[in-house]
Amino acid sequence: MDASARSDNEGRGLLRFLTCGSVDDGKSTLIGRLLYDSQLIMDDTLSSLAKDSRKHGTVGEDIDLALLVDGLEAERQQGITIDVAYRFFATPNRSFIVADTPGHEQYTRNMATGASNCDLAIILADARKGILSQTRRHTYICSLLGIRHVVLAVNKIDLVDFSQETFDRIVAEWSEFASGLGFRTAVPIPVSARFGHNVTRSGEEMPWYAGPTLLAHLETVDVEAEAAEKPFRFPVQRVNRPNLDFRGFSGTVASGRIAVGDAIVVAASGRQSRISRILGPDSDQDMATAGEAVTLCLADEIDIARGDVLAPPKDRPEVGDQFAAHVLWMDDKPLLAGRQYQMRIGNLWTTASITSIRHRIDVNTLERQPARQISLNEIAVCHVSSTQRVPIDPYAENRATGAFILVDRYTNHTAGAGMVDFQLTRATNTYQEHYPIDKHARAALSNQKSLAIWFTGLSGSGKSTIAKIVEQRLHAERRHTYTLDGDNLRSGLNRDLGFTDADRVENIRRVGEVAKLFVDAGLIVLCSFISPFRAERQMVRELIGGEDFVEVFVDTPMEECMRRDPKGLYAKVGRGEIRNFTGLSSPYEPPIKPDLHLQTLGTTPEMQAEVVLRHIAMLIGEASGRDAPSR
Amino acid sequence: MQARSAGRLSPHLRRLEAEGMAIIREVAESFRNPVLLYSIGKDSSVVLHLALKAFAPGRLPFPCLHIATGWDFRAMLEFRDRRAAELGLNLIVHTNPDGLARGINPLDHGSQLHMSVMGTEALKQALDAGKFDAALGGARRDEEKARAKERVFSHRSPGHIWEPRNQRPELWGLYNTRLAPGETMRVFPLSNWTELDVWTYIEAENIPIVPLYYAAPRPIVRRSGMLIFRDDERMKLEPGEQTEEMWVRFRTMGDWPLTAAHESRAESIDEVIAEIQSSRVSERAGRLIDQDQEASMERKKREGYF
Repeated sequence: MDASARSDNEGRGLLRFLTCGSVDDGKSTLIGRLLYDSQLIMDDTLSSLAKDSRKHGTVGEDIDLALLVDGLEAERQQGITIDVAYRFFATPNRSFIVADTPGHEQYTRNMATGASNCDLAIILADARKGILSQTRRHTYICSLLGIRHVVLAVNKIDLVDFSQETFDRIVAEWSEFASGLGFRTAVPIPVSARFGHNVTRSGEEMPWYAGPTLLAHLETVDVEAEAAEKPFRFPVQRVNRPNLDFRGFSGTVASGRIAVGDAIVVAASGRQSRISRILGPDSDQDMATAGEAVTLCLADEIDIARGDVLAPPKDRPEVGDQFAAHVLWMDDKPLLAGRQYQMRIGNLWTTASITSIRHRIDVNTLERQPARQISLNEIAVCHVSSTQRVPIDPYAENRATGAFILVDRYTNHTAGAGMVDFQLTRATNTYQEHYPIDKHARAALSNQKSLAIWFTGLSGSGKSTIAKIVEQRLHAERRHTYTLDGDNLRSGLNRDLGFTDADRVENIRRVGEVAKLFVDAGLIVLCSFISPFRAERQMVRELIGGEDFVEVFVDTPMEECMRRDPKGLYAKVGRGEIRNFTGLSSPYEPPIKPDLHLQTLGTTPEMQAEVVLRHIAMLIGEASGRDAPSR
Repeated sequence: MQARSAGRLSPHLRRLEAEGMAIIREVAESFRNPVLLYSIGKDSSVVLHLALKAFAPGRLPFPCLHIATGWDFRAMLEFRDRRAAELGLNLIVHTNPDGLARGINPLDHGSQLHMSVMGTEALKQALDAGKFDAALGGARRDEEKARAKERVFSHRSPGHIWEPRNQRPELWGLYNTRLAPGETMRVFPLSNWTELDVWTYIEAENIPIVPLYYAAPRPIVRRSGMLIFRDDERMKLEPGEQTEEMWVRFRTMGDWPLTAAHESRAESIDEVIAEIQSSRVSERAGRLIDQDQEASMERKKREGYF
């Protein structure tokens, strides 16, 4: 191999691959070997490596090649890889980007991250241990993430005396598992990363092996994804409008090709036009193919924004807001059905929720298991509902329009990675009926404004007491009201729900939907629910609409709630008769900006109710001033 | 009709170019007030070049920021001002006024304190003063082990803190660009480039770079085994030291007392590329600041170094 390979004279282009496998199978050592043998390790790096090897190394006096790759301090101290590291090398024939990903189960997300950006995977197995459950898991995740080319590197073959029988047995076991996973090429190679056999040079010790060395295979394998042959997809990244004479749409061609004169359709709106001009990185081009960053101009002035997808009119993605997907969970906080997340698909940000978890997949056995929530590093098949209708292709057909991420709305953590399986037809078959009498008309008849007043706070904080007084007073003013609380809903509509986090989310979702119907009926709805999670209160606010929703935080310190204990619940918790009790064994997230913040200590429920009533009067006054200026 | 795509570049460089342009466009669209950190080196010259391409025929939609430490090579400052005028850049130059008042300098206070006050602190000041929520930079993953694990969109907690154990996963180029108040993002469009990629791209695209990258006779002082280009009189010669004229060039750009030159006759980009290909030392070996302690880059980055 030649270290002086110029990155501009290679013919095969770039190969992005990842290495994965069980802990201690030797991933980092293998990459270190590739870099070392390709003479890409510089003298100063080598001298600091020798220093590191003496300090942290695991191979005695030898240079520990894995230390080249394990960059972060904690990893070198623990001797494991806890993040994705990227490495670069080139031969005269090809340039390579290597993603080194961790083996432990708790880092499945890091492995998936590596796999999402790669064309090929090297799955390592220790010749002494054979196929472990982790090997199966990594093989499955590669397949799930759409990797179509894999190498099974049976490592440490020197430690089993270069035994062909051992190699064949491991390959047979793995092939049985991997055969149904849709790999286009699956090449087993016996290697010793530590000594380099069959990594960059043939191992004379294995005359029975006639296949290529690992590097030779990497140099020649053809992964030129059929991206260019797929239908044209162009997620608009930016509207480029520097002056009145120019209006173009910048982005990267995700798949297929486009030429000047071709017809296109904006997938979501159905508007059509033709390509009038293609600006490439240097100058005008006649055409562009997958992977190119270009700016497209159209023959007609049609409405297009960031997030739209341009496609051929005869081969366009389906547009919908309900779909089935595989979701890999990456956040410490589990995925709960019903909770809203920010969703990014292509260049579009919208909100989405998981409407149901169909089943969880045991990544070691591929068995389906029932589940109510999905924890960190677990994979499940889910039904997803997005707020906005989005253009979607199944992930297996197109990564660019079939992949999405879910982001926690409060921490902004990237919480989930999703791969669309198919659209659900519900959205296209049910139509929202529009009735001429709406909530404004209904509310106006009784000279009021429909509202949802949402009381949140700890058990025993005084929510229901205040709500009762408010309702009595409103009723005396001849306002039409209704009360929803945990007791009247949990005994009927929600009697199938318990008090786990997942059930609490579903409880609030149903309450929100019922409150929405009552608001639509023109009523003032008083809702008293502990509703411990910000995400669900936000969900209800959006469901009902901010202008009709008033969040009231009934703020009573825990000690005071325990002292009052009107239902004797705190006493029961104390006796161990209740689990999952908010504020004690289950979290309460106080509102950050409630519409009303009632601090109850030192006041009376009547005084608090007065605050709420004044706020309601103000909103009704505003509404009547706006809706009926003639009055 | 002639089917033609971009011409001179290899498929490999074309792919890196497209990825870089997409990342830069993403920054313009996703943040309220981004800025391009223009360090005047070869890498940020490439980032600037990609940015100009990304928004053509429009102009750069954000300003450029240079952190001047007071010890920049004069040739870099001349180059910076000439390029800014040619390209019509909105250029902001910031120097840490507190550090200046305290007279912090690399000769008396050492590289660590100098770079911490005049580099890292100054950068944080400028980002805070401009209320910039995203900063584009030219760092590459092949430079250093801690960088190899950094994200393309690298999240910073309030106070510009990098938390390497708590990085957001990046899948499919679906970057998570969301920020809470006080948080910021550092963005690296050249993450997947190597030093050689940068040079071959500069050659193919004919990108102007600071002349210090090319060999020329320069006044050199040998100090602690390093060849230091004595750019002005503030560096006093110690007993036994003398300035000698030597043919040297620089592989990276930093403050002149902290950047070692090496002997070279590479006067053209071809010769520079040939020299790098046969080199047996890594790029950052010429940077005195990186060798202070093991894992020093990771520590500096956590504190907000770029």
